[in-house]
Amino acid sequence: MFDYTFQWNQALARLPRMLDGAVVTLEVAVLSMLIGIVFAMILTLMRLSDSRPLKAIAATWIEIARNTPALLQIYMAHFGVASFGIHFSPFTSLLIGITFNNAGYLAENFRGALKAIPDTQARAGRSLGMSSLQSFRYIIVPQMLRISFLPMTNQMVWAVLMTSLGVTVGMNTDLYGVTQDLNALTFRTFELFAIAAVIFYIITKIITLGARLIASRLFRY
Amino acid sequence: MFETSLTAADFLFLAKGAGMTIIVTAISVVIGTILGILFGVIRVQLGAILSAPLTFFLDIFRSVPLLIQLVLANAFLGMVLKLQLSGFFVACMVLSLYTSAYCAEIVRGGIDAVPATTRRAARSLGMTWVQDMRHIVMPLATRVALPSWIGLALGVMKDSALVYVVQVTELLKSTQILITRLQEPLFLLLICGAFYFIISFPLARFGGYLEKRWSND
Repeated sequence: MFDYTFQWNQALARLPRMLDGAVVTLEVAVLSMLIGIVFAMILTLMRLSDSRPLKAIAATWIEIARNTPALLQIYMAHFGVASFGIHFSPFTSLLIGITFNNAGYLAENFRGALKAIPDTQARAGRSLGMSSLQSFRYIIVPQMLRISFLPMTNQMVWAVLMTSLGVTVGMNTDLYGVTQDLNALTFRTFELFAIAAVIFYIITKIITLGARLIASRLFRY
Repeated sequence: MFETSLTAADFLFLAKGAGMTIIVTAISVVIGTILGILFGVIRVQLGAILSAPLTFFLDIFRSVPLLIQLVLANAFLGMVLKLQLSGFFVACMVLSLYTSAYCAEIVRGGIDAVPATTRRAARSLGMTWVQDMRHIVMPLATRVALPSWIGLALGVMKDSALVYVVQVTELLKSTQILITRLQEPLFLLLICGAFYFIISFPLARFGGYLEKRWSND
């Protein structure tokens, strides 16, 4: 029954290409996270505003991002918008899809964090002579980012894992895409994907451990 | 004004895909939750050091993309062990373990949220470990864990969109098949998205409601 010969050498010989893929994976994840945080901030501000349309747009974005599969969002960014004659490269589609997803989840995290900050904090800022924008920028946002640091780390891990979905829109430069291409070439499916899994595991471990290190540095007080 | 070549038969095809999504999700969530409760209790009971191997094993499911887990499981069972398993079986197996890894974490959080003094009080009243678990820990831990568990179940439903790699035609895959034929990606993806949304949104709201209600006492 057990007559399968593992050929790790064949797969390991491709390791450099896979590591190049891992770099692209990290690139997409980091970019989507940075842009996602910016959009999440904007969404949070829209939710806090008094304008109904702004609130509705923010709520729609967040609920769609959180209640449909990430894969569907990536499809939408690639095949869906193609109906309007807009054609993105796989890289861009993947980035848009993950960023859309990240922004939705992060905005929800930010909302939870904002709830945990007492109103008196903003008022104290105002009574010290800060403008409302200043008090938001210097009093609320730092605390908000601190409270939502752990959820943000989780989201970063999610972003890394989500990059593997890029292959469905034709992405072949990220870790999963490269592995899939190599698989078509060598047909060492188990060995290649096992190595990819180990690389993903190491990446996520570095992120969580790195975040813990940063957190212990930043939030020492 | 609006025309589509989507026929009733195509719609039925989509509905079948939706049914598959629900079946795979239901099986995985049920098995995953049972395993998750077991793993969670074992982890709390054994302590961090003794349960380290289990923690590591479960951590893998949370640190490797589901797509790779599915491909690996399929390759290992099919090519290495040469077992003739259906894609459906592999999908349910991987998703169940994936669910159990997250569920164990939720269960552990729930049990940890029960104050040690409460549990000691139960034991000093003469309750056995089982009685303490059944009558004290479970009701209190459920309050903490249930909202997250609903979130997890919905997450599994969304992640079940990936089981297409092991040749299971669920909702998103059937949508894709129709897109290839009808060339109406936007319309079809909207239908598909609406289906996920209709199931996920009310349940997510319900989870949020429970969380709010149960946290203020």
